[in-house]
Amino acid sequence: MVNLSMNKITITTRKLNIWYNGLQALKNVDIELPENQITAFIGASGSGKSTFLRSLNRMIDIIPNAKIEGEILFNGENILSQDTDVVALRRKIGMVFQNPTPFPKSIFDNIAYGLEIQGIKKESSGFWKIFNNKKNNSIELEKSQHSIDIAVVKSLKEAALWEEVKDRLRQSAFRLSGGQQQRLCIARTLAVKPEILLLDEPCSELDPISTRKIEELLMLLKENYTIFIVTHNLHQAKRISNYVGFFHLGELIEFGKTKDIFENPHQFITSEYVRGDFG
Amino acid sequence: MKSKKIPCETIYFSIFRSVTFIGVGILLLTLILLFVSGYSVIDLGFLTKNWQHRDITQGGIFPAILGSFYLGLGVIVVSFPLGIGTAIFLTEYSKNSLLKRIIQLAIRNLSGVPSIAYGLFGLVVFVNLLSFGTSLLSAILTLSFMTMPWIITASVEAFESVPQKFRESSLALGATHWQTTRKIVLPVAITGSITGGIIGIARAVGETAPLIMVGATFYLSNLPSSPLDKFMALPYHTFILATQHSSPYANTYAAGTALVLIILTFLLSLGAIFLRFHYRRKKDW
Amino acid sequence: MNSNSKALYFSENIPKWIFGFIAIFTVAILSGIFIFLLISGLGTFKEIGIGEFLFGADWNPNAFDTPAWGIFSSAVGTAMISLLALFIVVPFGLSIAIYLSEIASPRTREILKPLVEMIASIPTVVLGFLGLLFLAPFIARIFHLSNGLNALTASILVAVAALPTIASICEDALSCVSQRFREASLALGATQWATIKKIVIPAAKSGLIAGIMLGLGRVIGETMIVLMVAGNSRAFPYSLLDAVRPMTANIAIEIKEVVVGSLHWQSLFMIGFVLFIMTFVINFLADILIHKKSL
Repeated sequence: MVNLSMNKITITTRKLNIWYNGLQALKNVDIELPENQITAFIGASGSGKSTFLRSLNRMIDIIPNAKIEGEILFNGENILSQDTDVVALRRKIGMVFQNPTPFPKSIFDNIAYGLEIQGIKKESSGFWKIFNNKKNNSIELEKSQHSIDIAVVKSLKEAALWEEVKDRLRQSAFRLSGGQQQRLCIARTLAVKPEILLLDEPCSELDPISTRKIEELLMLLKENYTIFIVTHNLHQAKRISNYVGFFHLGELIEFGKTKDIFENPHQFITSEYVRGDFG
Repeated sequence: MKSKKIPCETIYFSIFRSVTFIGVGILLLTLILLFVSGYSVIDLGFLTKNWQHRDITQGGIFPAILGSFYLGLGVIVVSFPLGIGTAIFLTEYSKNSLLKRIIQLAIRNLSGVPSIAYGLFGLVVFVNLLSFGTSLLSAILTLSFMTMPWIITASVEAFESVPQKFRESSLALGATHWQTTRKIVLPVAITGSITGGIIGIARAVGETAPLIMVGATFYLSNLPSSPLDKFMALPYHTFILATQHSSPYANTYAAGTALVLIILTFLLSLGAIFLRFHYRRKKDW
Repeated sequence: MNSNSKALYFSENIPKWIFGFIAIFTVAILSGIFIFLLISGLGTFKEIGIGEFLFGADWNPNAFDTPAWGIFSSAVGTAMISLLALFIVVPFGLSIAIYLSEIASPRTREILKPLVEMIASIPTVVLGFLGLLFLAPFIARIFHLSNGLNALTASILVAVAALPTIASICEDALSCVSQRFREASLALGATQWATIKKIVIPAAKSGLIAGIMLGLGRVIGETMIVLMVAGNSRAFPYSLLDAVRPMTANIAIEIKEVVVGSLHWQSLFMIGFVLFIMTFVINFLADILIHKKSL
């Protein structure tokens, strides 16, 4: 195990094995993951890194014919047990996907959704919506005391999107550019106040400038959140991560500080991958 | 190189084009022929008066209009919830098992079964077995089951066309399965369901064969006040006037009735077309 | 994290149980059609041999001394009308499909396709009525008949009723052919018509056949048109200008006057069951063709 004595551990997996339709996608993964750091998971296609990521918030559950064995400890509890409240888990461990996926709703409503499903009502819902004076003015919104308004403003600011959208919160989220949509998805996830953020190749469909913006954002966010990011982009991993886990053919080959993995890997195959000899 | 006109292709293409316009022209022709045959009887009285058996020129087809209206309403009330509910179960709540695929296959093919088979079914089950007799209720139930495979198929298509990524994002935010279905999937898919439903209703309202067996009558003195009453309906009314009535004006009145009926079904179809069109415009993903 | 588990369990499972119940109920009733038709009709074969039923040319259940129970004449009537209607409507429907899919501009297609589909919302009783009023006299005049109520008149109208089905499904089949095929063909210097004939249509073959089969199912099951203009004669039809009484019309005409549960009743249900099986099987095969990839 890597010496993480300088950082608290947030997630531990023990003998994690996952099968899809009988084929083993993940073999005996033992890992301890640090809090408030950016950990990147790298590896070739099919190496199991995305599978690993999705097991952490039990999104594997929605895949038919998937089988998991082993333990994933989060805050001391095994989240793979039968009586885990998966819904609450997913609020603590949020996920952003590769393909930016805003809901077909306004920007405001996209962010409000995560709170609505927890039962926090919008200021005026149902029939009276017609009569409400929606605070379209961004200044009014910032002053508002309503919990949803506060959350929307806060998340958009945290995701560095506020300035760009504050005057068009009621417009459809699809009017935003790809990079903005992805930041919206991040804001949406932040609104439910997770501890951990999972990102599955979040920039692979974005242009370099949007990518840069998101990378800067993630580096700011790690102060308050733990970030796990799956990426194909080795340069990105080098740029932003503190720790790196290298997956190959379903196994965790090596895990350590970014500097060590890239400059001084223990395994030969790791050095081959980070040199770009395959991928 | 000069482009040569290929005579063969031009001829074929003109044929195809003409055929298409002839096809669409059938719609127009139907309306025109009906109008020409029946316009003379259509006035406010025709639409609002009760039917007079002895001298049909004194009466109107209001009972038939009312009957068809009740029929349409009843079919909506029965088949929409059952149909959409079944579709939700098939798409959102059942694993992709063999059983589910068999059920979907069976339902898709049931919509091709002739209406007379449904009529027989209704006769055996609703009229006789459950003793509802030839009544509005029997007709509503029979036509509902005829419409349901269609609504289920259209709804399943609508639900399946909602991109999976919406569901994933919702679940990842900590929504339950039901919240996801209710707040994300349903609003997106409901238009497709309703469009399919409207088309189904248009067909149900225009059906005659099942009514011959389970429902409508021609000789009625009172308007139906309960679902177990007998009732009149526009298609059946047209049928009797056209084939079994002795009055010299029967054909004209049949045409008038048919005109009212076809305007009704056309309006419903146009409504569905418009809804589908409007929805496609709005869809921005 | 475990405190809300119970509430979660219920909020997740109650909708599932409700929808599951609805689904089972609906499917049960729909499969009941098969069962009820079969049960109601099965008694027929206790008294009438299957051979006599299927191949006897005389249908005369109410005959005084020797009632006859053969549906063969009726079946031939159904076959005549179905095949002639198909013969008329397939070229029409395919032409429309080709025009809409390959030739018309997207804007035109957007307008015309729904209009063609709207033909399906013409109630068949209206088609039958217009046939009585206009087509039958016309046919009578051309062929010097006393009235125009025969298989030919019925076939023409049934073809109209089936047109939207065939046109729409064939159009879908053609549209689904990947654009890359057309581009590759045109890039080789082929004309558009050659591309359609040799590339697009063969590629869409299974969908086109499915469309035709669904059209067949549609015409077999047509009741009102044949009831009104096919002439209603129980005699064996020797030509298209003979009056016929297809199986659907047979049921519709006699069902109101039979005693519930009598042999006559059962035999009519048997005919209904035969129709159900025929159309279901045709639809089933067509469905397999359409969904070939996903099955």
